[in-house]
Amino acid sequence: MNKFHTFTGLVAPLDRANVDTDAIIPKQFLKSIKRSGFGQNLFDEWRYLDHGEPGMDPSKRELNPEFVLNKPRYQGAEILLARANFGCGSSREHAPWSLQDYGFRVIIAPSFADIFFNNCFKIGLLPIILDTGTVDYLFDAVKTIDDYQLTVDLQNQAVITPKNKVFNFDVDAFRKHCLLNGLDEIGLTLQHAEKIKQFEQKRRNEQPWLFA
Amino acid sequence: MQTLYDKLWSQHVVHAESDDSDSMTLIYIDRHLVHEVTSPQAFESLKLAGRKPWRLNSILAVADHNVPTTDRSHGIHDPISRLQVDTLDQNCDELGITEFKMNDVRQGIVHVIGPEQGATLPGMTVVCGDSHTSTHGAFGCLAFGIGTSEVEHVLATQCLLMKKSKTMQISVEGDLGWGITAKDIALAIIGEIGTAGGTGYAIEFSGSAIRALSMEGRMTLCNMAIEAGARAGMVAVDDITINYIKGRPFAPQGELWDKAVVYWRTLHSDADAIFDRTVTLDAEQIKPQVTWGTSPEMVTAIDGTVPDPSHIADEGKRHDIEQALNYMGLRPNTPIRQIMLDKIFIGSCTNSRIEDLRAAAQIVNGKHIAANIKQALVVPGSGLVKKQAEQEGLDQIFLSAGFEWREPGCSMCLAMNDDRLAAGERCASTSNRNFEGRQGPGGRTHLVSPAMAAAAAIAGHFVDVREMNQ
Ligand code: SF4
Repeated sequence: MNKFHTFTGLVAPLDRANVDTDAIIPKQFLKSIKRSGFGQNLFDEWRYLDHGEPGMDPSKRELNPEFVLNKPRYQGAEILLARANFGCGSSREHAPWSLQDYGFRVIIAPSFADIFFNNCFKIGLLPIILDTGTVDYLFDAVKTIDDYQLTVDLQNQAVITPKNKVFNFDVDAFRKHCLLNGLDEIGLTLQHAEKIKQFEQKRRNEQPWLFA
Repeated sequence: MQTLYDKLWSQHVVHAESDDSDSMTLIYIDRHLVHEVTSPQAFESLKLAGRKPWRLNSILAVADHNVPTTDRSHGIHDPISRLQVDTLDQNCDELGITEFKMNDVRQGIVHVIGPEQGATLPGMTVVCGDSHTSTHGAFGCLAFGIGTSEVEHVLATQCLLMKKSKTMQISVEGDLGWGITAKDIALAIIGEIGTAGGTGYAIEFSGSAIRALSMEGRMTLCNMAIEAGARAGMVAVDDITINYIKGRPFAPQGELWDKAVVYWRTLHSDADAIFDRTVTLDAEQIKPQVTWGTSPEMVTAIDGTVPDPSHIADEGKRHDIEQALNYMGLRPNTPIRQIMLDKIFIGSCTNSRIEDLRAAAQIVNGKHIAANIKQALVVPGSGLVKKQAEQEGLDQIFLSAGFEWREPGCSMCLAMNDDRLAAGERCASTSNRNFEGRQGPGGRTHLVSPAMAAAAAIAGHFVDVREMNQ
């Protein structure tokens, strides 16, 4: 996983609540056995006018000009501004993979679905929860101001507007540490290998039927 | 005074970063279920890192999402689906993981076969790279869906790093009316608390109506906990749980069985346990439920109507309803009973167990699907469910009523194989998600119970199944 550095990036607004994982990456693209290449099919059914299938050349497909990510002013966006319960539905990590592969590094919303939220951290995509009032404010700003950019400073847990308004957010200390240092969680867990073995042995003695 | 969740959690703590209940904790995983869609990348990275699975006999694998539900003797014709299933077979063979292959009679939807085999036991932590892993909580275990990175993490370490959830008790008291099922309870709950209502919580379902449910019903209910936003749903262990498990292939036997049962009987919330949130529903008030929108919370009773967005004050809500009605091709104020259907799907990890098939067969017995129904599918949850249904003659009841009787798998629940809706087609489905495009691009899904889907197949539109209780 790459280290998460402070950056300033363009914001794109996705003004819909309950955006589900089927919308983020439709299931026909889950047939891949790879981890990369999902960005071109992010929000496929909203983004293109034709029906997408794996293997299609995106440059030959007809874009839906109404869809927010297709608008010229949001090209190159790195921060997605979203509404409540973003990422509900399936546990597919393909959803965060596709957002990241498209170029997003941060998603800001008033709330996220649990599994999606958790999956984001595992790949170095930062989900930020800000209160509904703040998110409303940001939607207004991004829609009215061209080239609206925000700075995300994970170390200080702050989202900073062009006018230097600072919105602080919460993040779990361990997850923050992993993101800032680009740490591999499996490696960290294996530092406790002895403890795991001891635990397992105790469990085997107490509930032997679990190990049959 | 612990809740069931507290007991399950504390039994599995390997290491906690601090005493703070909010800190990341290393939790031991007893059972790891694996399917073909969310595992290939995990196996690949595991191999690249030079690691091996920590405990092979904790893993049970099956292909379910991509498998065809028609004749399987020629294999899978879609090359990309085939590659995914082949990759799972290869990984399991190479590593020595127990897998039920496509032509094994034990093959089926991962959330059906775990309990069916006794691979899901009370007191376990059960994970799978699939959100509907919550299903297994019906057995008084802690079961939840994980992403692919976590699949790899469990393979490599037998543990997961996680934070403790808050607890919610949903208590359903009283007797359900005739024709009302666990599916209706689940949809009524989601209608009440919303699809984000359970976010951050582990839900325990309790109350006399839940205790009266069969294991199949409890699984249906816990399956839908994720649709209410909760990662885990659970029900306390009782005689019904223990009787269901007894004699299953992976269940303990003899002395071990007796020892296990003693422990399992402790798996309930203490009488004075305190939950972070409590919701109570009156079972007698629950009517057959039908969703009208593109989220499971967009639901009403069979005698209801499609909502009128012009009566909704909140701008965001109004906008969501307008968008949903537009996608669903529904006009405001249409009575639910007048919604005409094109297809019927009875199946999915929510409602494809033997009891579900019996309930649907009871309704269609001796009748025929309406002329406007283009296709009606019954897809059993596993090869063993299929076999049992055939022994009971249910297949014949469905076939003579004009249904198709298929091989087990996820099928039209998410349309990753060939079973899908065409754009604009409307389906009464016993699955769990009515998201846009879920059953095929442009397809329109209404979630209902198996009995309601069966009744709709006969009528050609939604009807109140209770009227068929003659
Ligand atoms: S039946 Fe549907 S919800 Fe269940 S595991 Fe399969 S695809 Fe997922």
